[in-house]
Amino acid sequence: MHPTAASTVRVVLPFHLRTLARVEGDVALAVQTPVTVRQVLDALESSYPMLRGTIREYETGARRAFLRFFACEQDWSNEPQDKILPEAVQSGREPLIILGAIAGG
Amino acid sequence: MSSVRVLVGTRKGAFILSADGERRNWRVSGPFFAGWELYHLKGSPVDPNRIYASQCSGWFGQLIQRSDDGGATWNPVDNKFAYNGTPGTHQWYDGTAHPWEFKRVWHLEPSLTDPDTVYAGVEDAALFRSTDGGGSWHELSGLRGEGSSANTHAQQWQPGAGGMGLHTIILDPTNAKRMYIAISAAGVFRTEDEGASWKPINKGLVSEFIPDPKAEVGHCVHHVAMHRTRPDVLFMQKHWDVMRSDDAGDNWREVSGNLPTDFGFAIDVHAHEPETVYVVPIKSDSEHFPLDGKLRVYRSRTGGNEWQELGKGLPDKDCYVNVLRDAMAVDTLDQCGVYFGTTGGQVYVSPDSGESWMAITRDLPAVLSVEVQTLAS
Repeated sequence: MHPTAASTVRVVLPFHLRTLARVEGDVALAVQTPVTVRQVLDALESSYPMLRGTIREYETGARRAFLRFFACEQDWSNEPQDKILPEAVQSGREPLIILGAIAGG
Repeated sequence: MSSVRVLVGTRKGAFILSADGERRNWRVSGPFFAGWELYHLKGSPVDPNRIYASQCSGWFGQLIQRSDDGGATWNPVDNKFAYNGTPGTHQWYDGTAHPWEFKRVWHLEPSLTDPDTVYAGVEDAALFRSTDGGGSWHELSGLRGEGSSANTHAQQWQPGAGGMGLHTIILDPTNAKRMYIAISAAGVFRTEDEGASWKPINKGLVSEFIPDPKAEVGHCVHHVAMHRTRPDVLFMQKHWDVMRSDDAGDNWREVSGNLPTDFGFAIDVHAHEPETVYVVPIKSDSEHFPLDGKLRVYRSRTGGNEWQELGKGLPDKDCYVNVLRDAMAVDTLDQCGVYFGTTGGQVYVSPDSGESWMAITRDLPAVLSVEVQTLAS
């Protein structure tokens, strides 16, 4: 499928990445359809280049191990990055949540 | 009047400690990058307002921050550290081949002549350089064996307990083509052509814990220091043993002398006395704290072998902190100041070359690195 017109997607960033990107609250992004995790992250990194490498590994593009993706109360962390996100995320009614895993000990 | 600015990297952020030349009354600012690990911060010798910082996190990876106003404000610069070509393998803890993987930047060394040029020592061990103020990073891959002159045996390198980090970068102020680097647990290496080719310089090091105690590579070098007027003279704190070279690292000899223990991490040289050296003896490789719970700096004014205990103002008992390899520094004021930070969060200063000490601050997160900028008024 070829990318077409943009949707406005909301993204919730973890605290440290909000600080790094110097944003407060949700981030609203114009994302090319089809709206997938990859498209959202591409748009996010395009608008906030300081986030490059902090969510996805540079070498592989894979999600960093201690971050998780959630959409509409579903864990999208291990879904293919090209899978189309729920309509509620595409329309901006629900955010894509990027969450730091509870990885302490 | 001159002043000093102490750049402190900790497990949970960076701090800047400032004082006038008396070094008695201090201002503490920070935390900068609160919650992140700051392995190292260092300022440009030619533009003290230019400071580079290595910021990292197990969640979010590596960032490099740059300040152009002495640490008041910061901006992230490029954080992509890509090994040249196919990264290849080094030895893993079990002796098997393990692919090179970037983990973090341990040390940033700004150029002695150009504020936009800075070197980065990283884990897994490699050396990167930026010539555009951190805008992009490029590996000097001759160190790891890229190119025809490779003789550094990088495939034999193996991580120490703390990882396989390139932790020491020393630029020769008299020869722009020469620099030294050190890696845990590979050893020391020297280039004479600005990083294109390298040779191991570990002759004389003896490490009883490796299969060949006199191997060309594989020594756990903790830190190396040089006086700027004597670039052929190097001092080393090895895992065990304090060592000295008088021929740019070609040969090393032990100068532990009367130290109560010659295990440790930090070592530095007085700013004006090339034969005055400081170490912080640590009990052992199994017990990373001072002997008998008594924090002491040892100073040699004879280039090693004869060491004097310095403890005025330091804890005499119940002190079980460590002083990490990059956590000691000296200023260049007439009366040389000596600084070190501990894993207990204290930063100590001696404004009188080690005769007496005071804590600038006592309750920071664990200190990873200390650097000092001596500023003209």
